[in-house]
Parts: sequence; C-alpha cells; structure tokens
Amino acid sequence: MKKYLQNTWQAIYTVLVGMKVTFKHLFTRAVTIQYPDVKIPLPERVRNRLYVNIDDCIGCDQCSRACPVNCIEIETVKAVPGEDLGMTSNGKKKALWVTKFNIDFAKCCYCQLCVFPCPTNCIYMTDIYEFSEYDRRNLVYKFSNLTEEEAAEKKANYEKFLAEKEAQKAAASKTQQ
Amino acid sequence: MYQLLYNITGNVIISTIVVALIPLTVILIYALFAIWLERKVSAHMQDRLGPMRTGWHGWLQTIADMLKMIQKEDTIAADADKKLFNVAPVLVFTGSFAAYAAIPFSSALIGSEIEVGLFYIIAISSLVVAGILMAGWASNNKYSLLGAMRSAAQIVSYEIPTALIVLTMAMYTGTLSLTKISEMQTAYFWNWNIFGGPEFGITKFLLIPFMIVAAIIMFISTLAEVNRTPFDIPEAESELVAGYFTEYSGMKWGMFMLAEYANMLAVSAVVSILFFGGYQSPFGYIGNTLNIQWLIPFEQTFWFLSKGLILVFVQMWLRWTLPRLRVDQLMTVCWKYLIPYAVVNLIVVGIISLI
Repeated sequence: MKKYLQNTWQAIYTVLVGMKVTFKHLFTRAVTIQYPDVKIPLPERVRNRLYVNIDDCIGCDQCSRACPVNCIEIETVKAVPGEDLGMTSNGKKKALWVTKFNIDFAKCCYCQLCVFPCPTNCIYMTDIYEFSEYDRRNLVYKFSNLTEEEAAEKKANYEKFLAEKEAQKAAASKTQQ
Repeated sequence: MYQLLYNITGNVIISTIVVALIPLTVILIYALFAIWLERKVSAHMQDRLGPMRTGWHGWLQTIADMLKMIQKEDTIAADADKKLFNVAPVLVFTGSFAAYAAIPFSSALIGSEIEVGLFYIIAISSLVVAGILMAGWASNNKYSLLGAMRSAAQIVSYEIPTALIVLTMAMYTGTLSLTKISEMQTAYFWNWNIFGGPEFGITKFLLIPFMIVAAIIMFISTLAEVNRTPFDIPEAESELVAGYFTEYSGMKWGMFMLAEYANMLAVSAVVSILFFGGYQSPFGYIGNTLNIQWLIPFEQTFWFLSKGLILVFVQMWLRWTLPRLRVDQLMTVCWKYLIPYAVVNLIVVGIISLI
C-alpha cells in the first residue's frame, strides 16, 4: 500500500519536474540559425572553393602537380616570339598561353596544397561554400580566359612556328652539307 | 441558436445546416491554428524555431500543407479492402465531429440541448475506435493492424476511468446535461467544480482535493482516448511507422489529423465543462456590468474557447515532455492506478455530497 501511494506520488512529481523543464525551454532563446538569411562568420583560415586569378597565372603546372587527387587540369602552349603576354602582378614575364585551366570541384578535397607552391599567388581559396549543382559536370570550373577558338589559334600558331623552325633548321643543315 | 434561426428563416433545413456548420467552421479554423501551435510549441520546447518562412513566423504553413495534401495522389494499397479503407477516415472524423453536437459553446450556441449530453459524448466518441480498427484492418498491413489493435485495447481500457469520473460528476451535479453542469458553475471561479462547486462551508473544502484528483484522472484518461503522447502507442512512429494510418496519404491522412485535433478540443471541452466551469467566465461578465445582454454569449464563447485551448496547450506540453509508454505500462497505469483511484474517489465524493 505504501509502495502504491509512493509510486503514484512519484509519477505525478516526476511528470511535473519534466513539465517544468520543458516550460522553461519554451521561453529560452532558440539556437536555430536561419541559414540562408543569417550566416555564421567563417573562421579565418577556412578552406572552401578555389579561385584562380588567370591574369597572374604563368602556366607553371605546379598546383596541378601538388594536387593529391588530380583535380586540376592545365594545358599550356608556348608563346611564339613577338607575342606579348604581359606581366604578372609581381613583375614576372609570362611565356605560356594557358589554354586550359579546369578545376573539378567534384574531386577536390580542399587540402589547399595547390595554393602553397604557386609562385604568383594566383590560385587561392575563397570563402564561398555554397556551390551545389544538379549535374556533376557543372562542378568543373573553367578558369582559362581564352575561348576555344583562341586556344586552337594559339596552338596552331605555335605549331606553325615549330614547323617553320624545323623547316629553317632543315634548310640550314642542308646548306651546311 | 437553432430557435433563433428558425424564427428568422422559418425553415427547418436551413437553420439545421447553419447550426451544424458553426462547429465545423470552429473545428477547421482551430485545427489549422492548433497544428501551427503544436509545431511552434514543440520547436520552442526544443530550442528550435519551427516553421518561419511562410507568413509571419510560419503561420501560413498549415494552409500551405493543406493545399499540398489536397494535390497529393490518393494511393490505396493493392490488397487493401478499398471500401473500408475509404470509409475509415470519414468515420473517425464523424465520431469526433458528432461529439460537438452536445457541447455548449455558450449559453446561446448549443447544437443540441439534450439532457444526456455527457452520456452521448462518451457513446459517440467510441465510434473513433471503430474507425481506427477499420483503418488498421483494411490497410492489410501488419503495422496498421498492430496499431489498430493497440488503439482498441487502449481506448476501451481508458473509457473505464473516464466513465467512473463522469459518473462521479453526474452524481455530484445530479444531471447529465452539459448545459446544466455549466450553468451551475456560474459567477466566480471558486464556483467551478474543481473548487468544490457552488457549495458552502465545510463540504466545499472537503471536496476540493477529491475534485482535483478527479480532474487529473479525467485529463489523463481523455488524453489516452484521443491517442496523444504519452499514450500514442496506436501511432508509435518509432515502432510502427505510423500505426493505424501507415497506408494513408493525402487528404485521407489529413482527415485523421483533423479528427485528432478535433478530438483534442472535444475532450478539453468536456474536461473544462466538468471541472473548469465550461463557458462561464472566472469573474463575472462585462455584459452584465454594462447591462448589454447580447455581449454575454460572445464572452462565454471566448472563455469556453480559451479554456479549451489552454487544455489543448497542456496536452501539447505533455506530448513534448514525456516519452511514450510501453503497452504494459499503459495497462498498468489504467487498471492498477487510475481505476482504483477513480472508484475510491467516486465513493468518497458520494459520501461527502450525502453529508
């Protein structure tokens, strides 16, 4: 009998304790962040999407080689003499046309290893972290500022230059003999 | 209300339909509000915000959900018993809607002023069990069947303490008419049945503890009858997917939800009529002091709905506080605790009111 009454009392008492806790929480501030409207400030050294300042890129391929997952794809074409590619912002002369500079963010592991070897600091991490896509192919970012025609033209130019050089060499060797 | 409409229109059918539509409108508006409130209450009790994007603090969310539910495909499982499957949600809603026929919203707004209102509500709310069993059986799904069986066991068990408390109150007030019970508790809140009713002297003080016990038992057992947490084992989403309405989708599922929320208000109304004065104001009426008689029914409706909504809020509060009971615990609470207490209460209140 004593146990029975004790159980009853305990049931009521514990329920009331629980209700007190939930009632208190009814008036505490919500911890929710209304995400697209409110964003938490990012830490200083977060690693998010890469960006390449292609005007500064000298096409040295070091970032691509440093990449552990091979998500950076670079193709370059040498400039023919007489073409002026301009200078990088820290005063280096550019000698290569960067015909292709693709980064596949579906593969990227955000390790930031590509950033360190860059001699011109043209590849770096931005604070953009929302870039989901419905199609995986849309995650390949093309940074080269040359259009395909231009790239083809540069390639053709260089091949023509090489061919001419070969021809000249051949002609020179012919005259020597 | 019916008499008034009959005097104005002089037509039986029109006045009946209008009177019948009033509780339906109340239920629909209240259900939209209550679903929003439940989300908000649950969210804030868990330190979340809940719906925020549709309308101010998400108040349009339920309307958006309703529009979505109407557009949903009406799927019926291949081996389900189609007729019973389609009838079940309607039956469940009918059960909870029919209970409103006898509930006095105010002294002027009563669907049907029957002498046996209390008895009628207990009887008609049993229809819900039939609907739930029908839904569980017709779905041809083990989860649904288990949910329905649990629900039948639960509702049938918990009708006993409810009936015992109703018996206590019927004995104490000497009537089964909800209007008369409400009328007795008029004037001030110390005339409410939970504070011993309109008695004087020692009897009142002797009655108060037993009335409080009765109110608690009534509240718990009605909570179990409308399948709310901690007694929501018929749906039990973590064990039975969604219990008896696992197979339902779209508006039929919506009917179940509507019935659940309508039921919540109905049982809150019964509890508030029996113990908290029904539509009576806790302290006089503005209409009486200003001598404007037509204002009183509106005040009464306001008090009635606010009492109902406060009890609905307590039901929600309990839902987000307590975990679900196991089946054996559920039966223990009902048969080993509530019924003995209710019987003792019945006897003691009987003796006190004899004195």
